Amino acid sequence: MSEQNKNSDNAVVSPERRRFISAATATAAGLTIAPGVMLYEVAHGRPEEQAASSAVRWGMMVDATKCATGCDDCVTACNTENGLTPVAESAHPRQAPQWIRKLELQDPLTQMETNLPMMCQHCAEPPCVDVCPTGASFKRADGLVLVNRHTCIGCRYCMMACPYKARSLVHESLNDTQKPDVPRGIGCVESCTFCVQKIDRGDGTTACVEACTASGHNALVFGDMNDPESEISKKLRELPTKQVRADLNLNLGVRYHGI
Amino acid sequence: MASITFREVEGSSPKFWMLFGALGLFVLFGALAWNTMHHYGHVVTGMDNQIVWGLPHVFAVFLIVAASGALNVASIASVFNKPMYKPLAPLSAILALALMLGGLLILVLDLGRSDRLIVAMTHFNFKSMFTWNVFLYSGFFALVGVYLWTMLDRTVKTYSKAAGTAAFIWRLTLTTGTGSLFGFLIARELYGTAMLAPMFIIMSFAYGLAIYLMVLAAAYAWTGRTLGDAVMMRLKSLLVVFVAAVLYFVVVQHLTNLYFAKYHAVETFILRDGGIFTFLFWVGHIALGCIAPLVILLSRLGKQRNWIMIACALVIAGGFAQMYVTIIGAQAFPLDMFPGLTEKSSFFDGEVNSYTPSMPELFLGLGGVAIALLVTTFAVKVLRLLPVTLDDETVAKLEH
Repeated sequence: MSEQNKNSDNAVVSPERRRFISAATATAAGLTIAPGVMLYEVAHGRPEEQAASSAVRWGMMVDATKCATGCDDCVTACNTENGLTPVAESAHPRQAPQWIRKLELQDPLTQMETNLPMMCQHCAEPPCVDVCPTGASFKRADGLVLVNRHTCIGCRYCMMACPYKARSLVHESLNDTQKPDVPRGIGCVESCTFCVQKIDRGDGTTACVEACTASGHNALVFGDMNDPESEISKKLRELPTKQVRADLNLNLGVRYHGI
Repeated sequence: MASITFREVEGSSPKFWMLFGALGLFVLFGALAWNTMHHYGHVVTGMDNQIVWGLPHVFAVFLIVAASGALNVASIASVFNKPMYKPLAPLSAILALALMLGGLLILVLDLGRSDRLIVAMTHFNFKSMFTWNVFLYSGFFALVGVYLWTMLDRTVKTYSKAAGTAAFIWRLTLTTGTGSLFGFLIARELYGTAMLAPMFIIMSFAYGLAIYLMVLAAAYAWTGRTLGDAVMMRLKSLLVVFVAAVLYFVVVQHLTNLYFAKYHAVETFILRDGGIFTFLFWVGHIALGCIAPLVILLSRLGKQRNWIMIACALVIAGGFAQMYVTIIGAQAFPLDMFPGLTEKSSFFDGEVNSYTPSMPELFLGLGGVAIALLVTTFAVKVLRLLPVTLDDETVAKLEH
């Protein structure tokens, strides 16, 4: 562009020559930048009319060794972002939806304790999607496992099928807690969406990850697992990680280190 | 072969209308229960995010399983060519349809969004066992309906065997589908096994026949028609075989699980430490639902009509206990995401989940039972489903 500007400033070229140079520069720039722009758009928000791409696979790495005991900033952030009533404030805690929860594990033999967040694992082979009679449970091309609010009939078969207890039924009317970009509703099943509204806005991260980073624990890393240069891919190459219930071979979008 | 005269029951006595009214009242209660659940949401039920399928599913699955079993008497007549069962077939078919209707109504009215039933009928995911069941249930209504037609209309009687065979194959597939609703679930230890499909089939034989026997005996006793011992003894013997087979399957399932260390915890839960579930398993399903009926039916008591009825009632009660343990017991036991570690969370991970059914759930379930019986009661009044007599002499002539 700067060359083009310089050319115009000097004004020593003919109009034809100027048009040719402009077109050639634009083409060259387009060819150079386009793939980058494409990747940028896929990885960081995309226009509404453009479908999600399987070139991306969103995923999360949880470093359980950094997940602090007693800290539930990720849970609070999730509730705030997605408009969920915190379970402690719910009149019906057993029926209150929880998209992410802190799990405390202990080895009864060694007394070793582990903390980690548990949420929808965004499986590549999701059992909830398999069992859903109407297809309301679906996996988006970029790996997000979501529920279509318009076609979920509330049969709860997905809740029976999920090995991670990741899904909740909305048991009662939601009053004023809903967020405009996170539609929820009584009688439908819901779960962690990897903050799909943030991803589609181009934030490239989730509320829980932001909160964990802000607290300084840095136990959560989010990103495109298909991009070898992404932070998550580098981390996953670096640290040994495990999938929960790896025996089920579901190819999870959430990987844990230190379990 | 002697011919049999079928006739509608008169259905004009105060007793008949009282029965009709009482069943209608329960249907009304069921409707009110659904209205409450639909209006307030599942918050008014005992179900939560731990026990996601509760008492309505126990009733619904029991009735659906029993429905396919109730068709067996008709199948024996037409598929296996046993003339003695021919007069018993129309009631068998109508009972199958009625029980299926009751079970399905409970199932769809327990949906979180029962108002979206049309979505379930227009959007399909063919990898889902539930979707397959939608087709299996609809097909069941169609095939058994046609089968019933061939039994009632002389002009199409020649197609009866073909229709009966199709319905028989369909019902086996249907119960395979019902068992596979659970069999195809990988998440929970007590599910995820091919064993559930054949086990549900044999359970359907037992539960369906027990219900059939009770309805048959009641229909004949209340209308003053003769029901001879020949029919009762034959059906009773059949029930013995089915109940024994149920016991066999249950024993094999648990013995197999007990052999694998990974199932020890869940088996210990059901068989020893599970509280209400352990009680319902041993006392409800095994002792009262299997062993007691076998003892009654195989001993001298089994020659008395009242004791046969008691045995049938026990098989049905045992069936409910079994469904309760199979459906709710399996959910009460916590998911084992991290084998060998204890789990604790705000989402009740690692805890045995408790469940107390609520009144709306109970009445929704009872409403389904009531509608099944109401349909049967109405059907025997308006259709020629029951032979005028089933005395021993008439039945004996059929066999020659």
